[in-house]
Amino acid sequence: MRHFIKFGKPYLHTRSLLRGNSGLQTCTHVAKSTGVQDVSKSDGNSFIGMPHNYVTKLEFLEPKMENTIPVYQVLDSDGKIIDETQDPKLSDEIVLKMYKDMKMLNIMDGIMYSAQRQGRISFYMTNYGEEAAHIGSAAALEMKDLVFAQYREAGVLMWRGFRLDQFMDQCYANINDPASGKQMPVHYGSKDLNFVTISSPLATQMPQAAGAAYALKRTNPGTCVICYFGEGAASEGDAHAAFNFAATLDAPCIFFCRNNGYAISTPAHEQYRGDGIASRGSGYGMLTIRVDGNDTLAVYNATRKARQIALEESRPVLIEAMTYRVGDHSTSDDSSTYRTAGELEYWTKTNNPVTRFERYITNERNCWSAEEDEKLSKDCSKQVIEAFTAAEKRLKPSPSLVFTDVYDELPVNLKKQQKQMREHVGAHSQHYPLKRHEPL
Amino acid sequence: MSLLRQSRNILSNLKAKSLAKRLMHFKFEPDNPSTNLGPTENMNYLKALTNAMDISLENDPTAIIFGEDVAFGGVFRCTVGLREKYGSDRVFNTPLCEQGIVGFGIGAAVAGSTAIAEIQFADYILPAFDQIVNEAAKYRYRSGGLFECGKLTIRTPCGAVGHGALYHSQTPEAYFAHSTGLKVVIPRSPIQAKGLLLACIRDDNPCIFLEPKILYRAAEEEVPVGDYTLPLSQAEVLREGSDVTLIGYGTQIHVLKEVAELAAKDGISCEVIDLVTILPWDADTVCTSVSKTGRCVITHESPVTGGFAGEVAATIQKECFLNLEAPVERVCGYDTPFPHVLEPFFMPDKWRCLQAVKNVVNY
Repeated sequence: MRHFIKFGKPYLHTRSLLRGNSGLQTCTHVAKSTGVQDVSKSDGNSFIGMPHNYVTKLEFLEPKMENTIPVYQVLDSDGKIIDETQDPKLSDEIVLKMYKDMKMLNIMDGIMYSAQRQGRISFYMTNYGEEAAHIGSAAALEMKDLVFAQYREAGVLMWRGFRLDQFMDQCYANINDPASGKQMPVHYGSKDLNFVTISSPLATQMPQAAGAAYALKRTNPGTCVICYFGEGAASEGDAHAAFNFAATLDAPCIFFCRNNGYAISTPAHEQYRGDGIASRGSGYGMLTIRVDGNDTLAVYNATRKARQIALEESRPVLIEAMTYRVGDHSTSDDSSTYRTAGELEYWTKTNNPVTRFERYITNERNCWSAEEDEKLSKDCSKQVIEAFTAAEKRLKPSPSLVFTDVYDELPVNLKKQQKQMREHVGAHSQHYPLKRHEPL
Repeated sequence: MSLLRQSRNILSNLKAKSLAKRLMHFKFEPDNPSTNLGPTENMNYLKALTNAMDISLENDPTAIIFGEDVAFGGVFRCTVGLREKYGSDRVFNTPLCEQGIVGFGIGAAVAGSTAIAEIQFADYILPAFDQIVNEAAKYRYRSGGLFECGKLTIRTPCGAVGHGALYHSQTPEAYFAHSTGLKVVIPRSPIQAKGLLLACIRDDNPCIFLEPKILYRAAEEEVPVGDYTLPLSQAEVLREGSDVTLIGYGTQIHVLKEVAELAAKDGISCEVIDLVTILPWDADTVCTSVSKTGRCVITHESPVTGGFAGEVAATIQKECFLNLEAPVERVCGYDTPFPHVLEPFFMPDKWRCLQAVKNVVNY
């Protein structure tokens, strides 16, 4: 029994039951209520589905909504460490990088949001309010760990060293975008930074993350996968598939849920009736934790530990980071039509991850000052505007690239269509925006 | 043996024979293996598939095989012995969830492993449609080649089997033919099954490998035991002729070969083409043939409306307009779900195909 607890794998017990290994048949799930018989010790003739006990009183299991899974915190709202034993003892260098990346992310968001409003890019999604979830988790991982994201995780890329010009080139869909402007803005990807290219269909990356984690376990031991998703995406069938596959196939995958209260206009209480996403973890046999997603250090600690568990025990871990989507869902959304200004104000001013972390580094650690903060803001704005202007000036990709990367090589039909397109556009060039693009 | 048991056996033998006879709407004629592919062994379609997967697992340490019930050998026995030979981390069962199987396979391929996924019946591939169409097919395109899942192959049994009814008979090739980025392949024989499966597994694009399950045991021939691949996107002219071009794939090829024999008795010379690959398909071979014969019959088991024959017919109409002597005929499943006991009337069998040949010749 100790063996199971040590490795945190109660399901091993099920496996031993299935194998009929009587030496390991100690039930780990002894019910507390009266009328219980522990049959697992008797003759081994139990249902195959699960080790179990019998009860003789009719009792349905209530979801424990009055006693929900607690939210793990390290920093209080003033940026003070609540319990010194939980201090990850990060260096000044690391905490300052965390802070600077959050700040840069905020400033980039502000400028790109305005750029969309001015019609200079077609679409944008900000990360306001969720900076700690990105930076705290990214900092706890190794660069070799593979990231599968939803779309609101630009901070993870920021942490890993994705440059401003790379963000801008993707949003502007210019010749420097590795995908040649094929996807909408904010659908970033980087092979060098092990950040798998984002796609719009929600939750599809989740079972993929499980598969990648399984493959990496075999070919690159010591590497794990982190998969980000929102609480809305967790309602998709693919989320169910991912949790169950990762658990049954022992995939070292960290599932990181950003529970920010809304999926576009749908509040979380219309998304599920259970105890958030975290309560689902144990149903799949995963280790699970709920953290304060506005607390960079809590997110850091949870992710660091999750990584260790995932790799050492070869199993998935679920982290639910409770946060709030301060910005609109996207530039195509006006959130004032479905939520109140007071609610927004609380999360912008009182319980904001960036200001909380600023208090931590300024007051608690004394490694930052108001003057430095002002200077940082100015520097960030300057850098973003420079990158922004340069990206805007670059040409768009050649129209011929419509056809590339459909397959590894151009098949006959695509060669033919590419030729047809060149001929047509060449003959009717006045009707096409050729000036903005590289030549055909 | 008790009398009762004996009579039961006799009964079940009789039943099996009459059922098999009724079900076989085609005759399988073995092909001769290419002489330069080395020694051969008699294998049925199943054995040829197992052999291909055996070679893949042996040569590629990253290769994994997974799906529902593959660990004990698969419900059709395609993966028998592979788990014992290569280990439970390489040949394993997944939970019962098709979207999970394909998503998992995409992820493994993205991470650099060769992923051979099995969907138990092609009828049940639709829960994975989103993962296949929106994800697998578009992975390379949307990332500009930064990431791709070219090492993914999805194997799935398809097609009529005599009594499969709605959900054990479908061939969903046309749904996927509309999804550029995928390769879709249907082999007609054990030799093809092995060579094309190895080609799909090694091809750098996600492939859907459709296996007409009625051929699993019915098709048996001398298959080269060594490692070989057959080309994708290349149709095969199986019989040369001058009056009509007959186009099909999978089991229908065996129907068409018989139709060509029957038509020959009436003095009609048929050219039979196995399309082999549905996407990207070999229009050149088809159009060259139809330009010569001037007449064409296309057949598939799946329903006619929106079926792949429509695509082939439209291309022929465009490319061979001046050579066509008769309208292109399509002989396909009707636009109904696949029925159970009514299957013999639903199928595009040799009599329906033969009638179409006569129609185009007498036009």
